[in-house]
Amino acid sequence: MDIHALQQIVHSTRDARRKQTIPKFSPAVRDQLIHKYHPDYRPSAYRPIRFGPNSNEKTVVELATLLEGDSLIQNDVDLTPDYTTDVLVIGGGGAGCAAALHAQGAGAKVILATKLRLGDSNSVMAQGGMQISVAPEDSPVTHFLDTLKGGHMHNDHDLLKTMVDDGPAIAKWLIDLGVLFDRQADGNLHVKKGGGSSKPRLLTCSDYTGLEIMRVLKDEVLNQKVQLLEFCAAVELLSDGNGQCSGAIFKDLDNHRYVVVAAKSVILATGGIGRLHIQGFPTSNHYGATGDGLCLAYRMGAKLAHIDTFQYHPSGAVFPEQLVGQLVTEGIRSEGGHLVNAKGERFVNELDTRDVVSSSIIRECEEGRGIRTMSGRVGVWLDTPLLDAEHGPGTVEKHFPAMLMQFDRFGIDISKDPVLIYPTLHYQNGGVKIDTNSETNVKNLFVAGEASGGLHGRNRLMGNSLLDLMVFGKRSGLTAAGRAGSMKQGKLTVQHLQRFRADAKKHGNLSNVISPMVLPAYTRKES
Amino acid sequence: MAQEDTNVIDQPEVMKPRMVSIEISGKKYDVPEGITVIKALWYTGQEVVRGVGCLGGFCGACATYYRTKDDPKVRTCLACQMAVQDGMSFTIMPPFPARKAIYDIQMLKDPKQDLFNLYPEAPLCRNCNACTEACPQKIDVREGVWKAVFGDFKNVSEMFMDCVMCGMCTPVCIADIAPNLVALYVSRAQGAHFAENPKGLDTRIQEIQDGRFNDEWKKILAMSEQELADHCATVK
Repeated sequence: MDIHALQQIVHSTRDARRKQTIPKFSPAVRDQLIHKYHPDYRPSAYRPIRFGPNSNEKTVVELATLLEGDSLIQNDVDLTPDYTTDVLVIGGGGAGCAAALHAQGAGAKVILATKLRLGDSNSVMAQGGMQISVAPEDSPVTHFLDTLKGGHMHNDHDLLKTMVDDGPAIAKWLIDLGVLFDRQADGNLHVKKGGGSSKPRLLTCSDYTGLEIMRVLKDEVLNQKVQLLEFCAAVELLSDGNGQCSGAIFKDLDNHRYVVVAAKSVILATGGIGRLHIQGFPTSNHYGATGDGLCLAYRMGAKLAHIDTFQYHPSGAVFPEQLVGQLVTEGIRSEGGHLVNAKGERFVNELDTRDVVSSSIIRECEEGRGIRTMSGRVGVWLDTPLLDAEHGPGTVEKHFPAMLMQFDRFGIDISKDPVLIYPTLHYQNGGVKIDTNSETNVKNLFVAGEASGGLHGRNRLMGNSLLDLMVFGKRSGLTAAGRAGSMKQGKLTVQHLQRFRADAKKHGNLSNVISPMVLPAYTRKES
Repeated sequence: MAQEDTNVIDQPEVMKPRMVSIEISGKKYDVPEGITVIKALWYTGQEVVRGVGCLGGFCGACATYYRTKDDPKVRTCLACQMAVQDGMSFTIMPPFPARKAIYDIQMLKDPKQDLFNLYPEAPLCRNCNACTEACPQKIDVREGVWKAVFGDFKNVSEMFMDCVMCGMCTPVCIADIAPNLVALYVSRAQGAHFAENPKGLDTRIQEIQDGRFNDEWKKILAMSEQELADHCATVK
């Protein structure tokens, strides 16, 4: 049936649904639901990694293959440095910019290298907001407990305490740089409530929080004249022969030449993994989100944490096809938008944690209560017009201008018609294991932001990522800079690579891919 | 590799494609109707490095000029947000060498006056409206430049919240203004100098520094896993 006709069930059941309260599931029901329907629990999608620091641990096949991949770099590569610096930041998103600004502010010489343009990242796409406990009824401790609960108690306590404690100072830093957070009438920061949180804690800039923060940070990186290497993709790290990181090799994507950077310390801020399309899921991620940092750090001997768990954001667009995988912000649900199945029923408390909501949506679709599009995709409705009905006409337009415009380009007015959604691959919960200063078990190798792991446990709460990358971007930058004055540049070798290749040989050899992937292979080959 | 198996051009039109003729940088191709401009580039075998970004309409990397059939008017779009149609002609915009002023946002003494030192061309706007017409985000750019010059920084910062910094407004300006950069300066100045200081935030920072939550932290961090799980369950 025509999808527009199927929308009618949402309109016709709206008034009845508005009177309903859907209680949150009990812990036992939540667990059962997640184990049955969450993609993290599909055994066929996983396999053990054969060698390296996480040998025998399971992760998704797509990632395992990349981690076991070979480097583009041969043992006899010329390592004469093209650049020398104190701190080398790899990645130009939120964590990378924060790291570079703090490191340079602390007096270190910094080079920021990025695969695409400065600022190109998932950070720029963050719509929902940034969790910081600023409300009087809230506290860093409550933020800690909410996050721990959301992460199924698997979060690294030290990292989490560090993040929630540093949060308010980060908000101050951003405001001083000119970030325009939404305000209350009295000038205080306006806070919204996100899924899985007990208190309103989301700082927002309309539904452009990431864009606004990144506009400012990018501009500041330029103002501070941080040395930039754009369109330079990291293809290998360098080690000093004693297991410490000493720089990196890049491929300049404009001319395909190698660029060698000698650095006293390296901060990997390469982001996540969505473009691997794990388990065939569409993704909300940036084009460059190919998990490069994980491969580089892994070969160097850095241990990964929680790399068997990913976040499937409950609401990825399913229709129109042009928007498949793109996020429909959680803000819609936090303002009261209902999830509605093909029978016109609600089936989950919309503000439960993302994994629970995603699992519920998958359940509805697998049990035949989803709505099928002309191209064969299945999803459930998100009742966006409800927001105008509930809070007055113009609410959607005022609070979600980005989303309104996105759908309007394809002739859909989300303030009048519901949108069809299904979980989309959104975030890599795990990553390279770090300490509270963002350092890995490889000395002088730091990892910040989505590429790092441990903080979010097995499920990340909305709004904690923007804070994560600012806090650990800052800490990595300051620690790396603090070390620069007292240390010498290490030797430039690829000895770790020789070791990795030897290790691979013992375990049945490398997988037949070159990693990191750098960019996804979307270009259509001649058929 | 899994990602190579993923057919991302999985539009309904591709499954049962109705092909349309388009022109990319002057060359003719047939592609499925309705796919986005960026997917059309991939469909025709072109690798895109410059000109691709978030693919969600937020980053401004894929600023593109296009023209439709029988219409001489050259328009602008974000390639990830525009569906191709028969007879369409497009070219991704190369990075434009606009001048960005360098400033220390915190050290500005008189941000409204400093605008004229940092961007002296800003008051030379000749009202031609080309910038507004070029904006794929539908921002009234011309109005924004005028408001900036007249010191209405608050309004400018609100108007430009949608700006993805694609820079399409810049090459069309006959007064050589880079409106997006002017607006970014104005927005930052508004945030750093004219927005009210959020007192609640200062209070919270002070509370953390004074150790107001230390006892609670001590209690929580000493809990066993089970105790902590039980405690988390009580947080409402």
